[in-house]
Amino acid sequence: MDDQNLKELQNMSRSIRQWIIRSLAEAGSGHTGGSLGLSDVFTYLYFKVMKHRPNQPDWEGRDHLILSIGHVAPVFYSTLAHAGYFHLDELLTLRKLGSRLQGHPGKDHGLPGIELSSGSLGQGLSVGVGLAISKRINNNDTCVFVVMGDGELQEGSVWEAAMSASHHKLNRLIAIVDRNGLQIDGKTSDVMEIEPLKQKWESFGWKVLECDGNNFADLETAFDKAISNVVGPVVIIARTIMGKGIPSIENDYRWHGKVPSREQAIEFQKDLEDL
Amino acid sequence: MKQWIQHSERPTRAGFGEGVLEAGILNNEVVALGGDITSSVGLDLFAKAFPDRFFSLGIAEQNAIAVAAGLALGGKIPVFSTYGVFAAIRAADQIRVSLCYNRLHAIIGGAHAGISVGPDGATHQALEDIAIMTSFPNMCVLSPCDATQARLAVLAALGYTAGPVYIRFGREAVADFTTPELPFEIGKAQVMNYGADITVIATGHMVWEAIQSAVTLRNQGLSVRVINMHSLKPLDEDIIIKAAKETRRIVTIEEHQMIGGLGSLVASLTARNFPVPVFSMGINDHFGESGQAAELLLKYGLTADHITRKILSICK
Repeated sequence: MDDQNLKELQNMSRSIRQWIIRSLAEAGSGHTGGSLGLSDVFTYLYFKVMKHRPNQPDWEGRDHLILSIGHVAPVFYSTLAHAGYFHLDELLTLRKLGSRLQGHPGKDHGLPGIELSSGSLGQGLSVGVGLAISKRINNNDTCVFVVMGDGELQEGSVWEAAMSASHHKLNRLIAIVDRNGLQIDGKTSDVMEIEPLKQKWESFGWKVLECDGNNFADLETAFDKAISNVVGPVVIIARTIMGKGIPSIENDYRWHGKVPSREQAIEFQKDLEDL
Repeated sequence: MKQWIQHSERPTRAGFGEGVLEAGILNNEVVALGGDITSSVGLDLFAKAFPDRFFSLGIAEQNAIAVAAGLALGGKIPVFSTYGVFAAIRAADQIRVSLCYNRLHAIIGGAHAGISVGPDGATHQALEDIAIMTSFPNMCVLSPCDATQARLAVLAALGYTAGPVYIRFGREAVADFTTPELPFEIGKAQVMNYGADITVIATGHMVWEAIQSAVTLRNQGLSVRVINMHSLKPLDEDIIIKAAKETRRIVTIEEHQMIGGLGSLVASLTARNFPVPVFSMGINDHFGESGQAAELLLKYGLTADHITRKILSICK
């Protein structure tokens, strides 16, 4: 990745974060920490990795992204808007009555770019398995990306899905775990330990890649390896910082489901300018 | 009175399996998912005929339902069948969110419905599935009365693309008495016997019992209307309101809890539209237990004789 490329990605993720803050401050509720932490992963996916056409969301040649952690909808929506699926201003309708931007993604409300309504944890990987099987039947070699949270891995159904993905050798299935180490009640290690994570996935038959999820060069290496893998499913454990970009809230689990006031939002925008 | 003749005795699950096989022949997009009890729930026919379109997922119902959602997203028509307790209850959230909220067309077979499952006992007797499945938006719930209609229910579900379809069927061999020519239409119940004194609305295996009771009561001078409510959602509201208006009394019977089942559906519909007394027969807030099917149906009051006695007590 050259400097020019890196600069473009950084500018994009900065803008995605700025709009996350704007939309959440306007909404008055929602999930700030995880959305900021995943901004670089979403930027990299939608602007470097995925085959997709914002003006033709149902294009048959597209890769699919299944958002299993529906609560990080703000980063998902901000990324879709930046990619051109809809106008940025619509981000300010987040969570309001009649909005296409539901608190958790709801396909019924008509927002382009949503593949699956989601919000109940532990289902997205299974849906990804089904989608990957359907693509294989159709000789379609596009990818299925499933974005999961680390706390979500406490749901037993995730491991049912993991077992079935390797059993059926689904090599176009790529899971991304947002490993920020935090969940609503505190540290994942205190709430319910999920380590040793790498060994868990490996023992379920997955190829495991680990990377810094807030570093584009690292993301590039991980996604290049994941996509070229032909053997079976791959999981990228992306270490991220909850609240990344706003020093005063970084790594603070209380910002999982809290939003900035309008005054705080102005401060946060300044922080992001310096990012 | 129309004469219904039992032409064979077969489990409704056999009809379900034939229907799935036929659906696979009719439509290349049909795929099936196995949950370890493939032959018990009737999916073995499909698995043998279409090994490339059958996927074993082991004992993991929550995963299977959401995998079905993914297959439907990818343009397939997935069929997953397991015991109703595991499909409708264990995987209820996956059905609610991944299938219903997403309006995905999938067929879920809820096998071993009702108390007539027999010796396996309470854990394996689905008695709450109608209550849960009918409460989800976008869900279609079918409960065929015999093997012939179980097959037709699958074919009807194949054409019902508005969302997921849950088909409930039983374990034991029961009277197979309808004919394939009798139209099976989602949302349209069938009057099996026209009568003017009282209406019995039955679903699943209980339809045959209701018909037997109507025959007995006819000899005692009572004219009993029997309705086969094979489609619980969408519910055939017109046929129920018409029965309420014309016969003024309704008995419902089902192999399901009285809370939230056919009886509740009929009682709330008539209360809202044309209030008449509704006498529910079913399981009264109780778990099932082990025993032979016939013994259990007798113990829990779900036979033609029980219907007859109930009607005589109402019409005396």
